[in-house]
Amino acid sequence: MSTVEEKAGSGGGRVSNEGLRGFFREMLLIRRFEEKVEERFRAGELPGFLHVAIGQEAVASGVCAALEREDVIASTHRAHGHSIAKGTPIERIMAELYGKTEGCSHGYGGSMHLYDVDVGNLGANAVVAGGIPGIVGAALAFQMRDEKRVAVAFFGDGATNAGTFHESLNLAQLWKVPAIFVLENNGWAESTPAKQHLPLPVDELGKRALAYGMKLIEADGQDVEAVYLAALAAREHALSGSGPVLLHLRTYRLVGHYVGDPQVYRDKKELEEAKATKDPIELLRARLELSDDEFATLDAEVTAEVEASVEFAKAGTDPKPEDALANVYAPVDA
Amino acid sequence: MPELTYREAVRDALSRALREDDNVFLMGEDIAEMGGSMAVTQGLLDEFGPKRIRNTPISEMAIVGSGIGAAIQGMRPVVEIMYEDFLTLSMEQLVNQAAKHRTMSGGQVKVPLTIRTQGGAGWSPGAQHAQQLEAWFVHVPGLKVVFASTPEDVRGLLWSAIYDDNPVVFFEHRTLYPLKGEVPEELEPIPLGKARIHRAGEDVTVVATGRLVHDALQAAETAEGEGISVEVVDPRTLLPLDEETIVASVKKTNRCVTAHEAVVRGGFGAELAAVIQHAAFDWLDAPIERVGSKFAPLPFAPVMEQYVVPQVEDVLDAIRRTVARA
Repeated sequence: MSTVEEKAGSGGGRVSNEGLRGFFREMLLIRRFEEKVEERFRAGELPGFLHVAIGQEAVASGVCAALEREDVIASTHRAHGHSIAKGTPIERIMAELYGKTEGCSHGYGGSMHLYDVDVGNLGANAVVAGGIPGIVGAALAFQMRDEKRVAVAFFGDGATNAGTFHESLNLAQLWKVPAIFVLENNGWAESTPAKQHLPLPVDELGKRALAYGMKLIEADGQDVEAVYLAALAAREHALSGSGPVLLHLRTYRLVGHYVGDPQVYRDKKELEEAKATKDPIELLRARLELSDDEFATLDAEVTAEVEASVEFAKAGTDPKPEDALANVYAPVDA
Repeated sequence: MPELTYREAVRDALSRALREDDNVFLMGEDIAEMGGSMAVTQGLLDEFGPKRIRNTPISEMAIVGSGIGAAIQGMRPVVEIMYEDFLTLSMEQLVNQAAKHRTMSGGQVKVPLTIRTQGGAGWSPGAQHAQQLEAWFVHVPGLKVVFASTPEDVRGLLWSAIYDDNPVVFFEHRTLYPLKGEVPEELEPIPLGKARIHRAGEDVTVVATGRLVHDALQAAETAEGEGISVEVVDPRTLLPLDEETIVASVKKTNRCVTAHEAVVRGGFGAELAAVIQHAAFDWLDAPIERVGSKFAPLPFAPVMEQYVVPQVEDVLDAIRRTVARA
């Protein structure tokens, strides 16, 4: 990713002020992008079904900044942030959401299936935990070919109850493949809170790594610097030949499960409190002591980028209906 | 021409691919030291080592799923699912992931993964070790489905499956492993999507798969003694299907029987019947007969198992029924 080094510029286990500003800008871009997506969806311009990750931007930005372009990721149904942070230009993501051929999946995928193989995004997955085993296989390929690359699976706390998760972590550790399993723990499996789907305290979910003898690295998922440094350490461990890492990041979803979710299941006070104290962008803004003017300037920049992405998408090309059949099979050499 | 058993023919295709191409590797339960529960991969660990002949935990989702991930990265994994009954455990990865990555990505990725599996009744395993589930996979756009019935076919088709850039579910039939047959000295790839006419005939076409190809050939011998000339066609690849060869055969004979070991209801024979009646409606002189298992989970006791599963006599009866129609 081109922006990684500029953005992070870390040394001695800390991220420089300039690096943090880079993170701030990217996280704000993701936030404004998702807000715009919500707005356009509610306006009826976007087909399908949308999930945004407002509140979880530090996870996407921090993890992807620690990766190299040739590292690969598998994302989830909440994929916009991961895709932006891994390096797909936002206009190609927006075009995908509008179902245009200029989209990063050429109109075949939509919000839940954003791909961009050139930057290592192997696809967002609409089946919870569905992308995890593929990441084990990608990491296995890197290991077999002696390539210094890691494969990274994003998933949430809900996915850790799926058999796919357990089978995948077991196999990955057994074969010591260079994989990072990013547990983006927002405490909700759709509308079901952790206390109804986890037999252990939500903050202790990382303990599941112990069952596989897997290295566990944990960080505050609302602190992008902590996420970034933890992800760097995870990458180093994964490449050392010692096996994969469960990277447990505690985060907060400051919105509903899907766009339009009335969140009847969620305590309003808890949500308001999380918005006031857990917003990763506000936390970083305070830490950077950005003046209102500085913030306004940055905000105007990223908002303009997002607006331009909408214009790009709207001016995009509709696929021909019969293109639906064009990619069912890869061609076979005659 | 050398003679190989069906089992040796599978092994020969695997060995040659492993020898010629570093991207090919095998994963599955008990395939290394033990050589596979059907002894298909015997000896491969010695020649190719544990990095390429990989024993796995009993984790069908992870076996297929990691095969998908490695395939997308340019490897050509051949994974073994010990019994096709256990394919059910990997369905999510096969149906939602392997089959759909290419479309969902708008053509950015390919998944050159081969999933070998086997099944088949006749040895009283009961209900969970001998199902024939091939029709399930024919319903999934993005997958290819092969069911080979002879040593020559299984070798040539497996080679093509390994070198196909799409996920291929490759069915072998358990009772065919000891079957001997001549194979060419050099491996000749058999393109996917090409049927094989095993026996030419004039009065009725039997389109059969797997073990039932052999039952159909036996039934054809008997029928000949009764003055009925039977053509036996094996599609070999169920998806994509060689409709041209099958329809041409039925247009010649004007009668058709489909035969497989899977249950009749919703079986592959239903798809064949639909294709044939649509393309050759005016040529048909009798309703298409479908032969397959009775609609029950396989029972254990041999007399019940044999009752449920189609036999040579069932194919013969179906042939006689179609010919009896004026």
